[in-house]
Amino acid sequence: MGEHTVKAYGEALAELSNAVARMGGIVEQQVADAISGVVRRDTSLAQAVVAKDIRADDAHRDIEKRATRILALRQPLANDLREVIAAFKAAGELERVGDLAKSVSKRTLVLNQSDPIQITRSIERMGRIAQELLKDVLDAYTQRDVAKALAVWHRDEELDAYYTSLFRELLTYMMEDARTITPCAHLLFVAKNIERIGDHCTNVAEIVHYLITGEEIGRDRPKSDESTTPES
Amino acid sequence: MAEERAMHSLSMAAPTVTSAQTGALVDTATKVRARDVNVFYGDKQALHDISIDIPDRAVTAFIGPSGCGKTTFLRCINRMNDLIPGCRVKGSIEIEGADAYGKTVDPVVLRARVGMVFQKPNPFPKSIYENVAYGPRIHAMAKSKAELDVIVEQSLRRAGLWDEVKDRLNQTGTGLSGGQQQRLVIARAVAVNPDIILMDEPCSALDPIATAKIEELIDELRANYTIIIVTHSMAQAARVSQKTAFFHMGRLVETGATEEIFTNPRDTRTQDYITGRFG
Repeated sequence: MGEHTVKAYGEALAELSNAVARMGGIVEQQVADAISGVVRRDTSLAQAVVAKDIRADDAHRDIEKRATRILALRQPLANDLREVIAAFKAAGELERVGDLAKSVSKRTLVLNQSDPIQITRSIERMGRIAQELLKDVLDAYTQRDVAKALAVWHRDEELDAYYTSLFRELLTYMMEDARTITPCAHLLFVAKNIERIGDHCTNVAEIVHYLITGEEIGRDRPKSDESTTPES
Repeated sequence: MAEERAMHSLSMAAPTVTSAQTGALVDTATKVRARDVNVFYGDKQALHDISIDIPDRAVTAFIGPSGCGKTTFLRCINRMNDLIPGCRVKGSIEIEGADAYGKTVDPVVLRARVGMVFQKPNPFPKSIYENVAYGPRIHAMAKSKAELDVIVEQSLRRAGLWDEVKDRLNQTGTGLSGGQQQRLVIARAVAVNPDIILMDEPCSALDPIATAKIEELIDELRANYTIIIVTHSMAQAARVSQKTAFFHMGRLVETGATEEIFTNPRDTRTQDYITGRFG
């Protein structure tokens, strides 16, 4: 593709895309710290995640401002329009991922006040997959790699399946020992938050797919979260 | 047979356009059907194998860089190119199935059916009334002064100009503002009851408010007329048209539903042009 006749326009679009990649980096770090905080029962790390969430929020606002400015000044069309829309929407999704990391860390602070629960191994596994999904979808965005985006879109199923099994594990735990109900309930929310991070990665994958191809991704994504089906 | 198939692959099926009033999907018929149109100015070929279907009661926008042939093609539809010495048109253009270049076709009558609005408003140096009445009079459309008055008022109303000029119909048309002059010219085109209105960059000499008025007018007119507009403003093409055709170096590169062309064009040349990139 050629360069824009108006150089400043091309530069503004490139800067917008870079801003999204930067925000992705911030959020990736937040998720990584939130997961290790909960797994290693690291209170100071969890506190740091809560305190640093504002950085993701600032990055989000910066992207919205840039995107609005381009819309107002350049009236982008075709792939340029998709570029701006994608940045706008992806930043919103990443902001939510940052919020979820913060939520995980807030729960961690509470969890650290009671005895450790064995089940944190499963949380670690879920956390690892969520981090991989986030990394892959950000790579798909920066590299404009539609195959990678599709892979993330399909792989979220894995995370959903883990969540379902962890949900069952926690139920068993709570039934066996009522004293674990409080920490288990918090862990359940932690697991749900991680599962939601995967969902937002899926949304970003859809955005990347639209950005590159101009087409919506197919409708029926495989679902493996069965914790809401009866009898589970 | 193979040739026929090839021609079909070049053409576009009439698109579905959304009616602004009802929001319902309406299938539109083809009003103008062009096949393998080639135009030469002397030895120089200006258009190569243009095949396109123009839908009825919808706005079709022709876009493309200067010299791409969009205006040349527009002028083929009402045979304005006949007036240019050394200009030859080959291929077929049918309006409602009838050959526009048939031996029995009188270009003057054809041009009444296919009105044209130009880049610069070109009212006659006569009164506002006379500007609009001129066409109906030479085509003997009114039997009396009263009938002519009705046609003039209706046409000015359709062009959204009546309220602004009804008290000064005898003043000269050239005394109006640019935007008003352009609407006067549209009223003049509408007065002879055309089927098709061709507009060649109708807003390029107008300010944003006057432009908005013309665009609003185009949107109203499309309920009753087939409109083809040549424009250099991508935003305008996107706003006013339902179908868009992109011309480049005398060829028709891509046609499609306007929304599709401006969000997800198929051809990289289209993409580079509408996004303002070097080819």
